[in-house]
Amino acid sequence: MNTDQTSSLSIRFLGVGNAGAAMLDRLLARSLPGIGSAVIDTDEASLAACAAAEKVCLEARTFRGLGTGGDPERGRELAEEQFGRLKSLCEGAQVVFLFAGLGGGVGSGAAPVVARAAKECGALVLGFVALPFDFEGARRMRQAERAHDALREFADGVVGWPNQKVFKLVDESTTVADTLRLANERMADGVCGLWRLLTQRGLMDVQFTDLCAVLRNAHQDAFFAAVEAAGSSRAAVAAEMLLAHPLLEGGAALAGTSAVLVGISAGANLTMAEVGRVMEAVNSRCGEAQVFVGAAEDATLGDRLHITLVGARPGAAAVEPLEAPKLRRGRPAPGELESEIEPEFLEKRATPRPRSRYVAPRPDMSPDQVEELARRQASGNLRGRKTNAKMRQGQLPLEIVSKGRFDKSEPTIRDGQDLDVPTFVRRNMVFN
Amino acid sequence: MFDSSSIIVGLEIGTSKVCAVVGELSDEGALNIIGIGQAPSRGVRKGEIVDAPAAEETIREAIVQAEAMADVEIRSVYLGVTGGHLRGFTNHGVHPVVSADREITQDDVDDVVKNAKSVNLPAENSIIHAIRQHFVVDGQTGVTNPVGMLGARLEVDVHVVHGNTNRIHNAVRAVKGLQLEVEAVVYNGLAASLAVLTNEQKETGALVIDLGGGTTDYVVYMDGIIKHTGTLAVGGDHVSNDLAFGLKVPLGRAEALKIEHGTAIFDAAVRGEMITFKSASTGFDRSVCKEHLQLIMAARLEETFQLIAEDIERAGLLNYLGAGVFLCGGGARIPRVADLAGQAFGLPITLGRTNCINGIKAALDHPEFATAIGLVRFGSFQQRKPRAGHPLAQTVKNTLGSLFRRG
Repeated sequence: MNTDQTSSLSIRFLGVGNAGAAMLDRLLARSLPGIGSAVIDTDEASLAACAAAEKVCLEARTFRGLGTGGDPERGRELAEEQFGRLKSLCEGAQVVFLFAGLGGGVGSGAAPVVARAAKECGALVLGFVALPFDFEGARRMRQAERAHDALREFADGVVGWPNQKVFKLVDESTTVADTLRLANERMADGVCGLWRLLTQRGLMDVQFTDLCAVLRNAHQDAFFAAVEAAGSSRAAVAAEMLLAHPLLEGGAALAGTSAVLVGISAGANLTMAEVGRVMEAVNSRCGEAQVFVGAAEDATLGDRLHITLVGARPGAAAVEPLEAPKLRRGRPAPGELESEIEPEFLEKRATPRPRSRYVAPRPDMSPDQVEELARRQASGNLRGRKTNAKMRQGQLPLEIVSKGRFDKSEPTIRDGQDLDVPTFVRRNMVFN
Repeated sequence: MFDSSSIIVGLEIGTSKVCAVVGELSDEGALNIIGIGQAPSRGVRKGEIVDAPAAEETIREAIVQAEAMADVEIRSVYLGVTGGHLRGFTNHGVHPVVSADREITQDDVDDVVKNAKSVNLPAENSIIHAIRQHFVVDGQTGVTNPVGMLGARLEVDVHVVHGNTNRIHNAVRAVKGLQLEVEAVVYNGLAASLAVLTNEQKETGALVIDLGGGTTDYVVYMDGIIKHTGTLAVGGDHVSNDLAFGLKVPLGRAEALKIEHGTAIFDAAVRGEMITFKSASTGFDRSVCKEHLQLIMAARLEETFQLIAEDIERAGLLNYLGAGVFLCGGGARIPRVADLAGQAFGLPITLGRTNCINGIKAALDHPEFATAIGLVRFGSFQQRKPRAGHPLAQTVKNTLGSLFRRG
């Protein structure tokens, strides 16, 4: 029911690369009890500066201590070389929190290998990764995306933190050091909140599997936010702060979410009404999303109420099963192609797509043309259209609704609906 | 020329128009409207400034017009604000009465109000109004003035309206850029309610809905006090936008069609009727279906009322609106809007008329001036009782101070 009933879950924090080490440092500064920690990097200086209990230098034999030069492939090779050592770091851990900054060499290359090592040791793996700033360029972003994909293969959940969003938290006079510190601090807030939920047996329990259920198939678009408030109306204020959180895009992010996990922690005076108030605010924004709620008592919080929210939007990966490994990786034998592509594109969707509001007008054709077309259709001889299955195009589930003059303005979200979209569109009113 | 202290100016920077109303407070305390200036708005979206130079220009036009009509020089204004960032909530304050004789003093009242006002807001927000509600003395509810009563525990509710400091600043800066002082920042919904409700209606319970161009503000009164406020960043602009999208016409044309043929309730008699107009771009005749126009418009307005009704229902106030619903703002002019509101709320609907103010009668009858006239009324409270304990006047004096301290 409270802090002394902390679960016996064995948790390990692993920081990979420079950014990972910085994130880890922020967390270790909070002295969370019962946490094992390790940092993995190629840079001796960065390793020495980190407060982690164990340090693994991805040795320099291969590249003579020159690091990876921003090449993820080098990072991966170095990590593979030390795979046994990485596994030994994870042994005995039930949950591994992995921290890395993606886009560079070590984080992008080694993090997926570390995740694999942890997985092979039987741990559940949750990755927290920082994605590059926009100004770092398209190449770095591509590298980050590839690393993100690779990490997803082994991790049970990956929460991405787009660094770009940190601009919403700072003003123009904030220094680079302060900005990065703030980004890491915010991430640490969220991780601490999650750690508290997962480890402390609460009034309403949240399991690690609940967290994974939220993140599954939506890693690309996972987001999280943590807020704290104190005082007599702390629940209302915290809910308000949460909905105004820049990482939730002023609550708009919740509108399109498929699943949300909300953890509420406070001292012994946490009331059901407070939990209710917070959840009412969250529920009002997330529409039909699956909601997991956790409430825990933590005496260290004193009068403060802490909310951690993790949510996920069904990203492209969840909507379209584009992995299709057979199609990408190996070249199928002639004749097999059709049998593989067919189910891929013709598969019935689990949820029926809403009927399109746009009905193409009947083509303007003379009776002769109609007859000609019918004749050609019957004979299967349609000019200009290849019937080869290779060229068959899947239909994207896109439906673009213009918001007209409100396209560029802040959306008006109420009860999970974007009110800038015309009412008749949202109500599926069909005009003849 | 009048003495500037008796001149009160309300300025509403709306999404569709900027309106300045000049009022004069007589020695007897009667308020007289002596001038109105208005200009079509530019650079304002959903009630908030998005293009400061354009907005300043229109504010200047409205002020100049009002100055000419009232024959005064405007030096300061009461500024109305709105926007989707505004929020209202009620906070509770408790104070133990510690004096030996248990008599509640003014200090106790000040303390309990101070307690109720100490709310944690997001760092970027400021309080616009902290409106005092009824007191509770040892569980006895509905006490309006506890000073002199005996009790051990004094409680009070305060309704707090707050919003994003920077966004409020944007409006204040636009006005200050014209060398005008801002006496106070006032929530538009509150101003509109001051203009249209009588004290009796406030006592009986009333809902005032200000249907503006970019936002819809609403305020609920019960037992003479403000119980609930809300702002929906949806207004007449959304109706026009829906029409433009649904009828596939340019926005300007949609606006014109809305004004000329719009109605709040779909009329089955118009089935099959077409509206023909000349396309501005091609010069050819185009026609749109009147039925579609009405259906699109009715859907948006119905939804707006529904959202407000749901919010008030959630606050548990819908059954206490004895005096009914009062509509004002430009949207109140839409034909049959009262019928639609009646269906949504199940209450008597009245088109808001400004009352308790003398002056230019023709202006007072326009529902779209309610907010600006309400701002003047708000200002008159402040000037009449600069230091008195009026719950509204009390909240004014610190509004701007707190805004600028934070900025």
